[in-house]
Amino acid sequence: MDDSILLAHGSGGKLSHELVEKKFLPFLANPALNKLDDSAIFEASGRLAFTTDGYVVNPIFFPGGDIGKLAVCGTVNDLAMNGARPLYLSLSAIIEEGFLLSELERIVQSIKKAAEEAKVSIIAGDTKVVNRGQADKLFITTSGVGIIPPGVDISGANARAGDKVLLSGTIGDHGIAIMSQREGLKFSMTLKSDCAPLNKLVSHMLQVSTRIHCLRDPTRGGLATTLNELARQSKAGIVIEETEIPVKEDVRAACELLGLDPIYVANEGKLVAVVDPTDAPKILARMRKNRYGRYAAIIGEVTGEHPGKVVMKTKVGPSRIVDMLSGELLPRIC
Amino acid sequence: MKFIDEYQDSKLVRGLACKIAQRSTKTIRVMEFCGGHTHAILRHGIRQLVPKTVEMRSGPGCPVCVTATVDLDKAIALAHLPDVIITTFGDMIRVPGSYSSLQKVKAEGADVRIVYSTTDAVEIASANRGKSVIFIGIGFETTAPTIAASILRAQREEIENFHVLSLNKLTPPVMKALLESGETKLDGIVCPGHVSVIIGSHPYEFIPRDYRVACVISGFEPLDILLCIDKLVEQIEKGEPKVEIAYLRGVKPEGNRKARQLMEGVFEVGEANWRGIGIVPKSGLKIRRKYERFDADKAFSVSLKPPKEPKGCRCGDIIRGAAMPLECTLFGKSCTPESPVGPCMVSSEGACAAYYQYGTPEDLHTL
Amino acid sequence: MAVPVKIVSVDGDEAETEIAGVRRRVSIVFTPEAKVGDYVLLHTGYAIGVIDEAEAEETLKLLEEIASLSEVH
Repeated sequence: MDDSILLAHGSGGKLSHELVEKKFLPFLANPALNKLDDSAIFEASGRLAFTTDGYVVNPIFFPGGDIGKLAVCGTVNDLAMNGARPLYLSLSAIIEEGFLLSELERIVQSIKKAAEEAKVSIIAGDTKVVNRGQADKLFITTSGVGIIPPGVDISGANARAGDKVLLSGTIGDHGIAIMSQREGLKFSMTLKSDCAPLNKLVSHMLQVSTRIHCLRDPTRGGLATTLNELARQSKAGIVIEETEIPVKEDVRAACELLGLDPIYVANEGKLVAVVDPTDAPKILARMRKNRYGRYAAIIGEVTGEHPGKVVMKTKVGPSRIVDMLSGELLPRIC
Repeated sequence: MKFIDEYQDSKLVRGLACKIAQRSTKTIRVMEFCGGHTHAILRHGIRQLVPKTVEMRSGPGCPVCVTATVDLDKAIALAHLPDVIITTFGDMIRVPGSYSSLQKVKAEGADVRIVYSTTDAVEIASANRGKSVIFIGIGFETTAPTIAASILRAQREEIENFHVLSLNKLTPPVMKALLESGETKLDGIVCPGHVSVIIGSHPYEFIPRDYRVACVISGFEPLDILLCIDKLVEQIEKGEPKVEIAYLRGVKPEGNRKARQLMEGVFEVGEANWRGIGIVPKSGLKIRRKYERFDADKAFSVSLKPPKEPKGCRCGDIIRGAAMPLECTLFGKSCTPESPVGPCMVSSEGACAAYYQYGTPEDLHTL
Repeated sequence: MAVPVKIVSVDGDEAETEIAGVRRRVSIVFTPEAKVGDYVLLHTGYAIGVIDEAEAEETLKLLEEIASLSEVH
């Protein structure tokens, strides 16, 4: 095969078939996908969860991951946040003409690894190629279906006054890792994105408690935006302690350099859990035993006051309102 | 992080807040000149730490906010010229001009790039010799030396396609204009920390001398700001206004001579157009004739339609400290960070953006 | 705004700096006196001043005194 993607790879003809058979199938092989029928057939019964997401991250390769890993973990996590056990993903790739095949292979390898860790199969896929300049290298969309175990009822609207708010680990890692690669910001660090599949962590948490009311992963917009979403959905107030929020030292430093607040920076391997207060300690203990929950902490609680608003007791002392991210997260200069 | 964490210590904060509360008997109004201070004050909850006798107002220290509409229109018009790359600090791109914005023209195909340093702008020029690169030069005395350095580098390395649209402004002259107008009675000023690293403390001496206003230079951490307020309260209670440095680890009375030398070698003082204030004599920096080939004003000409100010926008009043963000009827309704009407809501240094993000005084009742 | 960073090495007009594991190359054209081990204030890629560590100590001492006096009240 040639070194880079040609328009012909998307035309449905020989090259398209070669692309699927040589660059995707060998790595993602599973019975349903291998059939190469127009649709994948599977059986599942019970309450099903279904989600979809598009991935357009730039740069496509970043410390700790790439767009492929992100596309799998992001959708797996969306299913996990409703308590679902992820079963199957579909994957659609829109590739810019001229994209290097060696890079495509790297990404497919990444997808394979992430899918293996999450124990999901990719059973349906599609590739299209667009003219040079019509896509920024590679866009991926994944949809996912999962099954929710009986008795599990997790929703952003379920938070109740008195519940504890748990965070699975350090915030800001992904967003800062991405920014460290951006042209012009010129700082270097060893930080990696926290991109990870959280379904195993969630299933372990569900094993120790049935009283997990909300789960959400603080992706774009950061922890602050997610907490605000939960507060609004549940029509409850949330109070958090800044001193309890785990942030890596180098992430803090990068945020200082960029004039950013870590609570607004994206994460791709963290979750917020709102849980019954009596179960909080044992859920926390179980989280800490999981590699993606080692630095889990109780960061606050739900209150009946100021419904829909999030208040943070600052490390300095006074409390302040924490709003959703408004506008864009642009590094400050002055 | 050294020189940051120690100045956030909650025990020391409580102690200092206590002292200020005990000492403050008169009701006073203090202006924090710098947008970075407004932001820090709101972020760290300084309003709750300071007694009700101390009212704080934000001032014109936000480079994006004080850029006049006509100057922004010029930058947008320059973006339309063929083979031009506009380079700018981030916040500028979202500010609405009279008819468009840098962000809009970028979406329409103009080459507008966000840079984080003047060095980036020079490097873009060096890498794109077939295009003219124009850097939108906003900022005060902290940024001006860096812009001067970039022009000198362009000269040294013969990067003739690099230009600066000089919209740089100076701090003491606009303070004088505000005090002279008497529109807002002030008892003290929280002077900018990093501007003062460059200019030192002497340029503020006219403030206590001619206007009997207390003047203290502050750093940006919570303890720095509280220490500044403590000194302001002390001066005002005693009736002994003077210039004091509360940010001693960063600011020397003589400032940074080397930075000023570089700045003065490239720039000369001229008038500047301040949003909300108008033309203030000797308050801006113009590129000297010696370097005029790097001056975007000399190298390019654009025709502009008459500038239009957005209806109902009170950025001008807010910049002068004559109004608070909440007094603007557009605040939080038709003017939000997602759809800003004026620059004060766009810029991260802007008073309105800071109040919107960190909660209005009404919100404080919930705390 | 300006951030305090530590000078790790000097190379003519430039220096390699570090803050909590994050490295950045900066221009020291305004602070030619800066040496390895000094902390400088970094603003848009330039060191605008060298931090006076003795003054920093003094300020903290003063703040500690104020805090202990307030406790007495």
